[in-house]
Amino acid sequence: MWMDDFRGIYYIVLKDMKTYYLKPPAISWGIVFPVAWILAFYLRNPRSFEDLVPGLIAMTILFSTTAAEAVVINFELRLGSLERLLLSPISLSAVLLGKVLGGAIFGLIMSTIITIGSVVVLGLYPNLFYLILIIIPSLLAFSSLGALLCVLVREVFEAQTLLNLPRFLMIFLCGVIRPVSSMPAALEYIAYGMPLTYTINGLWQSFSASPGTMILIDAMALMGFFILFIFPATKLLYRKFE
Amino acid sequence: MEVVLKEIVIHVSHLTKFYGRLLALDHIDFDVKEGEIFGFLGPNGAGKTTTIRLLTGLSKPTDGNASILGFDINTEITEVKKRVGVVPEFSNLYDELSALDNLLFVAQLYGVPRLARRKKAEDLLKTFGLFERKDSPFRMFSHGMKRALTIAAALIHDPKIVFLDEPTVGLDVVAARSLRNLIGNLRQQGVTLFITTHYLEEADILCDRIAILVKGRIVKIDTPKALKAATEEESVIEFSFAELSSTLIHDISDKLPEAKLVVMDYNKVRIHGGMPGKIYDNVCQLIREKGIEIQSVNSIRPTLEDAFIKITGLSPTVMSIEKGGK
Repeated sequence: MWMDDFRGIYYIVLKDMKTYYLKPPAISWGIVFPVAWILAFYLRNPRSFEDLVPGLIAMTILFSTTAAEAVVINFELRLGSLERLLLSPISLSAVLLGKVLGGAIFGLIMSTIITIGSVVVLGLYPNLFYLILIIIPSLLAFSSLGALLCVLVREVFEAQTLLNLPRFLMIFLCGVIRPVSSMPAALEYIAYGMPLTYTINGLWQSFSASPGTMILIDAMALMGFFILFIFPATKLLYRKFE
Repeated sequence: MEVVLKEIVIHVSHLTKFYGRLLALDHIDFDVKEGEIFGFLGPNGAGKTTTIRLLTGLSKPTDGNASILGFDINTEITEVKKRVGVVPEFSNLYDELSALDNLLFVAQLYGVPRLARRKKAEDLLKTFGLFERKDSPFRMFSHGMKRALTIAAALIHDPKIVFLDEPTVGLDVVAARSLRNLIGNLRQQGVTLFITTHYLEEADILCDRIAILVKGRIVKIDTPKALKAATEEESVIEFSFAELSSTLIHDISDKLPEAKLVVMDYNKVRIHGGMPGKIYDNVCQLIREKGIEIQSVNSIRPTLEDAFIKITGLSPTVMSIEKGGK
């Protein structure tokens, strides 16, 4: 049974990459939007752009993974193809995990491009191990958040609209534009209830000259968010087909 | 060709499904034997698709149980899924993938060995007359071709049983006939077929046995021949009038209290039972008085439609209502 599930996850991810990564909603929300934000920040203040790099990489992860989830889940919900996957000898959790990994890999491609671009253009020296340690759980956490919200609706545009609520809330509260520490105490508490804060904290440490061990807590918190999102997402999907 | 029926491959016992407070399936029981074409016949909303969803693991029963090829659907559904193929009512393969890639993807999901995948997919494309279009995206296919490829996808892992949910719905006459031939060929290959349909003629042509389902309950299971034989004992006369009003229907019913009158069409009625000569005389006398013209009179051999009417008490028009009430 495990072998069936692993095989299913692998082929679902491959098929999603082939089928959905170049769909217009994935490109507009997952690629164009983060790139436009990055350019806007760069053009506004190129000298202190370096300080914004962790936040902008985190935002790229958030937008690319969630945009991809809306495509890989809602296209299939609308066309009934998800039902086809559930007819095959693969568990529902494996199908959803395949979908989450599909979004995560899209996010990995985008965040790698943005990270390499930032490092090369600005001459930065991040800690590669720390980068991997924080980016991987971030991809999983945001992809599962996308999955959770996407299974609630049917159409891709509904999913993208719904996803904008946590996306913009996190952009403004989690330290993309302004450090969390400079916010009022109440907003700071809210910020620590959101996964993007931990991604940005972890990325800051990856780019700092003397990274600390706090990154482990950030990574664990993000894995906690992944579990927190994936279980209700599975439950909701199960109820959809009950 | 005579089909030798073997062991029971689908055993359903008290299968029940509630959607919230709506009872979709009400303690149904039936068996399907190996090599059989078993039809589930009923109007939309009768519970046909729900039955397929339960038997193929897309949904869980509220009560009751079923076993397929000896595997329990509640506890061994993965084993069931490995051995059955499903053709859903709507062709749901991937628009972006080619015909060949769609079949290869389904083969991968079912664990068809790498070396056998491509050959199996190409053989199926040839069987279904789609090989020349193997590289065309699914979205470019006609409705009939999409149905054919969806059936091919259900066969990629050599299932022992294939569930077909309304296989010919929405197809034109030629495509539907071609698809029925393909279904007939599957039986010759030893595949057990479970078909849901609301087309009476389709059930009559294809099925070895038919279960008639109304409001979630099976009201009768038998061969099409036996179902029709049950209505043979009574005469059926069909009248076509130039104009058929509710007053005329009411007057005929009053004049023939021993017979049952069924409105077939906007100008046709069938009169079941009673003495044919007396019925003919009475109806002719009535319409002479009313000055209405009779266009035709026929003595009808019982069809599955007549059997359906007699068994369920429903009008045949309920069977022509598509999903969504159209």
